[in-house]
Amino acid sequence: MNRFSPLTHAFIVLVLSIGILYSLPNLYPAKPAIQVAYTDSSKSADQRLLSDVEQILTSNSILVESVGLKENNIVAKFSSFDDQLAAKAALQKNLLDQAIVALNLEPSTPQWLRDIGGGPLKLGLDLSGGVHFLLEVDIENALDNRLESLLNEYRKKFRDDRIGVESSTKDDTVLTFAFVSDEDYNKAIRAFNEDNITAVGTSLYDLQLNSIRNIVSLKYSQSAIKEIRDYAVGQNLMTLRNRVNELGVSEPIVQRQGSSRIVVQLPGVQDTTAAKKIIGKTANLEFRLEAAPTASRLRKEEFSYQDERMGSAYLEKKIIVAGERVTNANSGFDESGFAQVNITLDMQGGRAMQKATNGNIGRRLGVLFVEQKNKSTLVIDDAGNEVIEQTSYIEKRIISLATVQAVLGTNFRITGVGSPQEASELALLLRAGALAAPMKFVEERTVGPSLGKENIQLGVRSIIMGLLSVIAFMFFYYRWFGLAANIALFANVVLITGFMSLLGATLTLPGIAGIVLTIGMAVDANVLIFSRIREELKEGKDPQTAIQEGFSRAFVTIVDANVTTLIASIVLYAIGTGPVKGFAITLSIGILTSMFTAILGTRAIVNLMYGNKNIKELRV
Amino acid sequence: MNFNIPFMSYRRVATISSLVLLVLSIGSLSFKGLNLGLDFSGGTLIEVSYEQAADLADIRDLVFTNGFDDFQVVNFGSNSDVLIKVADKNGNSQIGDVVFKFLQAADPAIELKRIEFVGPQIGTELRDQGGLGMLVALGMILLYVAFRFQYKFALGAVAALAHDVVIIFGLFSLFSWDFDLTVLAALLAVIGYSLNDTIVVSDRIRENFRGERGYEPEEIVNKSINQTLSRTLITSLTTLLVLLALFFFGGDMIRGFSQALIIGVLIGTYSSIYVVANMLLGLSITQDDLAIPEPEGAEFDDMP
Repeated sequence: MNRFSPLTHAFIVLVLSIGILYSLPNLYPAKPAIQVAYTDSSKSADQRLLSDVEQILTSNSILVESVGLKENNIVAKFSSFDDQLAAKAALQKNLLDQAIVALNLEPSTPQWLRDIGGGPLKLGLDLSGGVHFLLEVDIENALDNRLESLLNEYRKKFRDDRIGVESSTKDDTVLTFAFVSDEDYNKAIRAFNEDNITAVGTSLYDLQLNSIRNIVSLKYSQSAIKEIRDYAVGQNLMTLRNRVNELGVSEPIVQRQGSSRIVVQLPGVQDTTAAKKIIGKTANLEFRLEAAPTASRLRKEEFSYQDERMGSAYLEKKIIVAGERVTNANSGFDESGFAQVNITLDMQGGRAMQKATNGNIGRRLGVLFVEQKNKSTLVIDDAGNEVIEQTSYIEKRIISLATVQAVLGTNFRITGVGSPQEASELALLLRAGALAAPMKFVEERTVGPSLGKENIQLGVRSIIMGLLSVIAFMFFYYRWFGLAANIALFANVVLITGFMSLLGATLTLPGIAGIVLTIGMAVDANVLIFSRIREELKEGKDPQTAIQEGFSRAFVTIVDANVTTLIASIVLYAIGTGPVKGFAITLSIGILTSMFTAILGTRAIVNLMYGNKNIKELRV
Repeated sequence: MNFNIPFMSYRRVATISSLVLLVLSIGSLSFKGLNLGLDFSGGTLIEVSYEQAADLADIRDLVFTNGFDDFQVVNFGSNSDVLIKVADKNGNSQIGDVVFKFLQAADPAIELKRIEFVGPQIGTELRDQGGLGMLVALGMILLYVAFRFQYKFALGAVAALAHDVVIIFGLFSLFSWDFDLTVLAALLAVIGYSLNDTIVVSDRIRENFRGERGYEPEEIVNKSINQTLSRTLITSLTTLLVLLALFFFGGDMIRGFSQALIIGVLIGTYSSIYVVANMLLGLSITQDDLAIPEPEGAEFDDMP
């Protein structure tokens, strides 16, 4: 009696070994490392950069454990933090603006563990230190701008087509046109229909007609608003990713959250002001005509191409239109199947473009990409030390120079842009230059590196203290049964660590609190079982039956009690953000693993101690 | 341990003290309100660490002369750590950097521990989400308990939970403790914990109602509470042990969390004895309420 079948034993061993296996990576300390990547995010690290890095390290006689290519970076691992810092200084001094050098911690997980998907626990920002930003994309503004330009577009169209408009207004999100006569009204509807705006309902606009008072009102449909929002957020997301790359942070997170928010997490970054400046900076575009060869030096400027092999060209000093007038840009194909880029400007931009290109057909139109950049130089400071000084400057490069074929308006295209891939890159650059909608910081949390370390120490200390006090209590109160419960408790902590590492869950300070709480609550199942066994013994049952009954009768209670806590923690996960989510995750995983260890684990140990034996007296 | 305490004879005393605590809590909540932490109030918080004990009055003067008027300066953890909270309705995200700059100018040796900025709309959202989450959790638990037990138990369980939550809210309001997101997390954990207790007691009440005929409901409830008492006390004790470890060793950032849970465990233990039992007797539970044996019970009998 009270023996588990081999199958049950096998299952327990299997779950435990998975837990142990995946918690192993946490035992290997992270190694100080350095990440080197080209400043130009379109270039991935290559053999040349690798040999440069190797050469710089050897010439400065810095001990390095390994250097190699990893994804788009060069990663060098060191055996001490001093070597790491020395290497960073040496690399920065030699590479300057050519590459971004970032300090990093590389997990030293052995290859065989990595092959099965093992890795150490991810630490939340409250433990690793770093910055968390939450940015909100101002969709209202983007919608407002688009409606405004739509209003101007139709005002102009009706004027050109001699359609009598009594009034045209924009009221919040609705455009309303009132027409002079029935005839004007019908003509206007035809004009709308030509643009694919119909009363039957199109995907983009909702059109409302009032034929008695000759009023047409127009607003964005729900799906159009969603589309514009997705477009604006997506574009901002892409721009932010590019900018964050410039910061040279290892493992940054740039993610959409909810409908119109973007989370940026930069572990290890301490200078928030600098980070904010880069995140908040805007790239821009300028459209200018190519300068005539005879133009005076005062009226033209020389710019180099983005692609350095193409040299440079002279453009006029006068800017026709800047990036904030670009409302959309995407790549496509022309009639003969060549790649092209379609550009949409707003009303005002279209008018300026029309004026500038009128009479200039055959000349070339240049598009300049304007970016704020940082430059590092080595200078000697007052104390005579070499320090790296950063200055910011504005760089303008030509991304396209194409012949004007016709008078351009709000919609035009650039052809002869090369391969479809190059076309889509150009469209991307055009869009990146024009932020789809402004963003603002709505939440920011910075944790200094010392606080992160302190939090880890405090957390580990409270886990140890909590665990020890519970283990001591259980052993003194229940003796051998307590020992079984303690082994199960220990297995539980290993399982939580293992499963959290396996699932790639993030450990936060409240998450550690969750583990501590689980330790206290996990023994509850055992206490329930043991109390039950005592009662059964008191009722005069023999020890083996008492063990059997105790476990089975407590089971239902344990499940009921745990399911309800699980409900609470799932709700917590749904409503919580960041650290609190971390608490909910550890609590949920802890509840599941503790049910496993307290019920099956303890039973297995108790069975091994007492099963199939003739016990006269049982002390619980 | 053998207990035979006539818990139910003290029903009146317990009901009165619960009511007094509830009235006090609700009174404090409505007149004094909660001292909302940054997560819910919005604003900026800067924690800096000085090399020696910091002079709070000096720092206050410094912040004031730099043009801020709605702010708090307090020690955090030790007397060399200072926490500055600046309220700002406009959602200016630069305040943290500005404050740190002029503090650093006054004393270059300071170290920045953290800056937290929560915009006004985020604060409101978190507040709404938190309140809603609390209600959803209570509702779902009500459904689960009603499904697994019987509606009278469900009402008892939810009354016990509401009782615990309101009193914790009340204490946080009465003593002006900071109520932030981690405290809300603790409250939800309290809901889970207190329920755990409630279910163990209810389970036994149900079992005894089914098994033993010819007793008064009050006797059965009393017997059930006594039978589960040693377990209730031991579990509360182990949970309190780890929470005390968190409270004393876990640092200041989760002190509010452990504080809320410690109170929650104490009140939760009390409420699972008195509030639930009181509700059940108040709703005059009878053996007929639990007469039909549930298939779930039979199914689980053969499991370990």
